[in-house]
Amino acid sequence: MNVTIVDYNSGNISSVINSFKEVAKDKVNIAVTSDLTTIKASDKVVLPGQGSFKSCIDGLKNINGLIDTLNEFALESKKPLLGICVGLQMFADIGYEENETKGLGWISGKVSKIDNQGGKFKLPHIGWNEINIKKESKIFKNIENKSHMYFVHSYEFVPEDKSVISATTDYSTNVVCAAEKQNIFGTQFHPEKSDKIGLKIIDNFINL
Amino acid sequence: MLKNRIIPCLDVKNGRVVKGINFVDLQDAGDPVEQAKIYSDGGADEICFLDITASNENRDTIYEVVKDTSKKCFVPLTVGGGVRSVEDISKLLNCGADKVSINTAAVQNADVVVQSSKKFGSQCIVVAIDAKKNGDKWEVFTHGGRNNTRIDALEFAKKMEESGAGELLVTSMDRDGTQVGYDIDLMAKISSMVNIPTIASGGVGDLDHLVDGIKLGNASAVLAASIFHYGKYSVKEAKEYLDSKGIPVRI
Repeated sequence: MNVTIVDYNSGNISSVINSFKEVAKDKVNIAVTSDLTTIKASDKVVLPGQGSFKSCIDGLKNINGLIDTLNEFALESKKPLLGICVGLQMFADIGYEENETKGLGWISGKVSKIDNQGGKFKLPHIGWNEINIKKESKIFKNIENKSHMYFVHSYEFVPEDKSVISATTDYSTNVVCAAEKQNIFGTQFHPEKSDKIGLKIIDNFINL
Repeated sequence: MLKNRIIPCLDVKNGRVVKGINFVDLQDAGDPVEQAKIYSDGGADEICFLDITASNENRDTIYEVVKDTSKKCFVPLTVGGGVRSVEDISKLLNCGADKVSINTAAVQNADVVVQSSKKFGSQCIVVAIDAKKNGDKWEVFTHGGRNNTRIDALEFAKKMEESGAGELLVTSMDRDGTQVGYDIDLMAKISSMVNIPTIASGGVGDLDHLVDGIKLGNASAVLAASIFHYGKYSVKEAKEYLDSKGIPVRI
């Protein structure tokens, strides 16, 4: 099996690479590239994302044909895709970080700043928080409800259709921390930094 | 609910741990990777490396350490010490650091914080503030505590938040190494002034000090070195103690 981590200058992806390689061992090929042919031929794709919504979308746009290739992979070929952090956020129609920026539009909704209740909650939301699993998901196989995951973000994905929400976390409000629509999976938290339990999620995705 | 974090810090010199855990079954007590792994397996919420390599020619050793550690530890890794420029930050992140802590360079040129947080995101930029009390205020020190800038620490904290820092690591120079507890007054003042998370550092001697850092100092995370290194307490014991005091921790 071939899993491709999309490298589009979205910031620091070494941890994502290390964790997937750790889980994959020698059973699965992990490629790290923005090469369109490799992405098309992959069985699964990982879309990481650090920095701002706008900088990540710009990063995708800067590679000719990448967005079209990802659209084809996720929407036509319907092969499994995992978005992490801003990778998940980009599934939305629109993001409001820096400037109003159009997203990939795979899961209807917007990305806006977490309501910190006038400073009562510090932003970024950094650290370990519990996830409340809202629906059965293949990537949560053998993951207990209320497991701790590592978060670092100030913006949240607000999907229109609440049935796509697979988990939330409690920080000021019920922040969406995992969403899923058919073959498209996303986590706001960082499974690659969430210790053994996070690696289990990566393992679940690889084994889909 | 967001949990308060416990961050063990390891001093690394020329690629080797200087003060480390002294376990009998340790294969190589100077190996930063092995030490970091012990901490992450023991429940550390993050690992912090402080590079205290003095000579420039050995400076690159930290990159190898970070590379190797990030292949074995799957909790966040913060690296600080000797970080001068956006290029240094980029190199550390590429080696697998999740956050980089900046001290002297941030004081000398706030633009390093502005540029790096824009380029890599605030989430990976930690500004380390070394502060010492002078009368009724605190002054910022640089160069590992050797140089007094006379800059007011509270004003500096605010300025760093505005420049794009994602977190502030606040070390009391008065308390560092004394084991009498954090400078709670300093912590509480900075924590209430900024809207970004703060990390308390400097002076931990027992577990009640960790409790105070969070409860009284309003720190989001507590950093400690010697209480863990010399096996006085394990990270697990620290967490259980905090839990018993009603502090939310990841257990």
